[in-house]
Amino acid sequence: MTRQKRSHHKLKRAVAPYLYLTPSLLIIGLLMLLPMVTVIAYSFQNSAVLRRDPSFAGLKHYQAIFDDPVFWASLWHTLYFTCMSVIFHMTIGMVFALMLNNDRINPTLRNILRVLYILPWLFTAVIIAVIWRLLLEPNGVVNSILMQIGIIGSKVEWFSSPETALHAVTFANIWAGYPLFMVSLLAGLQGIPKDFYEAADIDGAKAYQKLIFITIPQLMPIIISISLLDFIWTMQVFPLIWITTGGGPIYSTEVLSTYTYKLAFSSYNLSQASASAVVILLISLGLTLFYIRYQKAR
Amino acid sequence: MRKRHTPKDRLITAALHVALAAGLFFAAFPIYWMLNSSFKSNTEIFALPPTILPKAFTLEAYAAILGDPVKLRFFFNSYFVAGAVTVLTVVIALLAAYGFSRFNFRGKGSLNTLIISTQTIPPITLLIPFFGLVVSYGIFDTYVALILTYLVFTLPYAILLMTGYLNTLPRDLDEAVAVDGGTSWTALWRVIVPISLPGIVATSVYTFLLCWNEFLFALTLTKSTSMRTVPIGIQLLMGQHAFEWNQMMAMSVLGSLPLLLIYLVAQRYFLAGMTAGSVK
Repeated sequence: MTRQKRSHHKLKRAVAPYLYLTPSLLIIGLLMLLPMVTVIAYSFQNSAVLRRDPSFAGLKHYQAIFDDPVFWASLWHTLYFTCMSVIFHMTIGMVFALMLNNDRINPTLRNILRVLYILPWLFTAVIIAVIWRLLLEPNGVVNSILMQIGIIGSKVEWFSSPETALHAVTFANIWAGYPLFMVSLLAGLQGIPKDFYEAADIDGAKAYQKLIFITIPQLMPIIISISLLDFIWTMQVFPLIWITTGGGPIYSTEVLSTYTYKLAFSSYNLSQASASAVVILLISLGLTLFYIRYQKAR
Repeated sequence: MRKRHTPKDRLITAALHVALAAGLFFAAFPIYWMLNSSFKSNTEIFALPPTILPKAFTLEAYAAILGDPVKLRFFFNSYFVAGAVTVLTVVIALLAAYGFSRFNFRGKGSLNTLIISTQTIPPITLLIPFFGLVVSYGIFDTYVALILTYLVFTLPYAILLMTGYLNTLPRDLDEAVAVDGGTSWTALWRVIVPISLPGIVATSVYTFLLCWNEFLFALTLTKSTSMRTVPIGIQLLMGQHAFEWNQMMAMSVLGSLPLLLIYLVAQRYFLAGMTAGSVK
């Protein structure tokens, strides 16, 4: 190779990665970063989107949101919904993973159950919402079973009474989301070296001691990273609540996403909705930074 | 070896199997109930006591869905949009992944962090500016609006997934092409793509699922019935008729088929796609 040719080749290698990345960066830049800047701009404008020359509003829309008791109620519901979901996703996922990993079950049964336990994961949020509406109808099968066992005396309107609605949507979401934990923990369990347990057996460790001193510490990195991701994603849940309760009755299941959606597309107050969307964005970004730092520290 | 035949041991094994059965009931009963209800008449659905198997097995709900061109259109729209986004995502992500996996360049680390962090951006935050953009560019209520906006959410994860896969392939392969005087472009298409099929399948599966499940954008960025996708179609079905539960369940079953089939046929890729980002 001549020197000229080689330097030409070098130049090509230097430019090439940027060329390969161009389409992706264009899409992420134009359709993600630019809209993020836009929504922040909207939140400081009067009649954003609706008017061509919106005037500057300062912090007015943020003020309006922070003065709105429904916003605070939504924030509280979001927290309750998300924390309960993550805690139970983790617990159920862990219990199922440990049961499936137990060598007392015959391998064929294990494989069948593993497929069946993943089932809720394969269904779209809208379909999950519709299924749970059917199950929890006042005349539905859940009430019928609970009345037969004698747990409840009369039909409960799970989704349409303010006392039960939030618990009902949270339960449906718990059902829908545990498989991510189960699958990840199952993979994690298979990665724990067998010698750890053999050494513990030699020392005469009991089953629960092995769980507390070997299994859980070994799974900790997976538990933490999945919990963080699950927290971020559950916070953003929209269709499940939209279809089951629509945020009602009387705001009892209003979460940040339904609150924002209604501001934008029921009241057409897109400026105030943008302010609310920016608040959600800030919460998510905070958690994401935490997640990335955790991943890098590992 | 552990002893297996003490009474205490048998008791533990029995208790474990009871717990497994309870778990199975929890996981599968709601889905069984959807299937069961889809084969009932609408009156039988709320019969007391509930019927564990349809007393009068009927396919009328499925016939009603499949015989209605409006509902078939929902399915076509879902397949079309998900298919188009999948093809675009895989091609664009493959290029980016190749750049990340095979080259060192200034800004690589921060770009990677940027892509990881875009995964968690709340859809509701982007929805409002998207609505403004889509209306002002005159693409409201079109496939283009859905395809472009879906791409934003499928791309970041697809890039990470493909980069992870390409990193497992030995570099000697494409270096051999370079020695023969070929460019990195030829190496990509002649050498890398043919052996990347598993990574491409996992990425496609993941992308398709994400699009098939999407609700918020389809709800907001389309309006006419002929542009609606399956999730919106199910919601419309709820409003329209005074709760034709059997039809809603039949449509839910039909709407779940693609995911179930993909899972059964390509379980490995499905799980790889769904967990790769979170486990690593």
